Amino acid sequence: MGNKTEINAKGKEKAEALLNVEDLSLSFIQYTSGLRQTELKVISNLSIQANRGEILAVVGSSGSGKSLLTHAILGILPSNAKLDGKIEYDGQVLTQKDKEDLRGKEIALVPQSVTYLDPLMKVSNQVIGAVEKGKEDLMKKLQREIFQQYNLKPEVERMYPHELSGGMARRVLVSTAVMSPAKLIIVDEPTPGLDEKTLNETLSYLKDMANKGSAVMLITHDIEAALKISDKIAVFYAGTVLEVANVEDFKNDGENLRHPYTQALWNALPQNKFQAIEGHQPMQDEVVDGCVFYERCYKKNELCSKGIPQIKKINGGVVRCNNVS
Amino acid sequence: MSLKGENISFGYKKNNLILNNVSISLDRGDVLGLIGDSGSGKSTLCKILAGYENNYQGKVSIDGKEVPKKGYNPVQLVFQHPEKSVNPKWKMKDILNEGSNISQDILDSFGIKKNWFNRWPNELSGGELQRFSLARALGPETRYLIADEITTMLDAITQAQIWNMVLDIVKERNIGVLVVSHEKNLIEKICHKVVYFKDINNVKHY
Repeated sequence: MGNKTEINAKGKEKAEALLNVEDLSLSFIQYTSGLRQTELKVISNLSIQANRGEILAVVGSSGSGKSLLTHAILGILPSNAKLDGKIEYDGQVLTQKDKEDLRGKEIALVPQSVTYLDPLMKVSNQVIGAVEKGKEDLMKKLQREIFQQYNLKPEVERMYPHELSGGMARRVLVSTAVMSPAKLIIVDEPTPGLDEKTLNETLSYLKDMANKGSAVMLITHDIEAALKISDKIAVFYAGTVLEVANVEDFKNDGENLRHPYTQALWNALPQNKFQAIEGHQPMQDEVVDGCVFYERCYKKNELCSKGIPQIKKINGGVVRCNNVS
Repeated sequence: MSLKGENISFGYKKNNLILNNVSISLDRGDVLGLIGDSGSGKSTLCKILAGYENNYQGKVSIDGKEVPKKGYNPVQLVFQHPEKSVNPKWKMKDILNEGSNISQDILDSFGIKKNWFNRWPNELSGGELQRFSLARALGPETRYLIADEITTMLDAITQAQIWNMVLDIVKERNIGVLVVSHEKNLIEKICHKVVYFKDINNVKHY
């Protein structure tokens, strides 16, 4: 890539980044025995940007801190959480109060499953949410239109969450985000358990939202689904981002990918090599001094076990690894 | 030698059949894929084959014989969410040996470490719990394994780890596996044959 395009891309990034998370760390204070406290670090030195009109996929295994990042952005962390670093929205640093004001209006969450819905309330009322007086009819009309657009039959309106099948539930959850004209939409694990048709439908709804100018953050462990629609992919591992890659980097044997973990993830897909590397993500209570991927890395050297590697910008992406250039 | 479900019909309500006249056969040593839409009744079929549901019509037989009413069931089912299929108040070693004593070979091939034994389920990740669930299901008398979306919640590396282990073991012990999944690529990679659920179930869905 030439210098000029790189500068352009950088300028564009600045102008369009709706959400900017910088050097975020999150830990939980826990009681061990008696009054002794420990600090459990779950996210460390994490930075990402979500741009308007783009889909940023956040890919990582369970326990990598994906959902906690969303909770931090929405301000719904429990009271024993300790948050450091900066979360900027539209150029402004977000305080807890800002988060409370923005969520549900400018920032919307499409939750992982129907368990996030009220089991004793009809789904249509939950999709509409709290509305101002005088607007009820308008919102009802809008909700019907959206349901129709998503192929949800009129009787679904009157159903309770437990009556929905997996695919229907997903469409209902997505429609909650479409109802409000949110600018930042965070979608948490929308794909597990969906058949191919429903999966592609769900993904096309997300693409739609991005095309209308929203920034979409797609949280998933399903790298295949992420590749279908995203613009950028942030790879999470043990509470930090190891790489932010462009979708085009995922091809062949993954030689364009910057981090050994991303390469391993790519080569583990059944349609690629179906090759598994050994070991597992460090547990949250394991203290790691060096690179979080050290144990499983084939490129590791002495430097990697001492201190967290610095972030480097390479080929239009970002990577946290000592051994790339 | 095969696990057979013949003319199985099932519904939770009268006049609303989920399964209508479904027949399926799984041979020993075979890896059979089952693909179907969400909500179409695949999991219900799995439960019937593994003896979790009794109130169905039709017949399930194991190697030509009826399913034993007592003792260890040679058909073992593993679910999508491992955290929901273990007792949260038991330690891992009790969970593991719930049905039978699991041999060291199995533990070795799943990479289950001894120091995980004294942990509680919430101290292990989803991938590790799923290895315990699979090891637990692969007791010495298991002849058939039903894998209902067992890696759907896991990342690609853990998925590859788990399937490579399972495939080795079932090959060695001549176990038949029914793989239920939405992921075509996975099914194509690991299965010898594929069945489409809509072709064997005579029910229309909305």
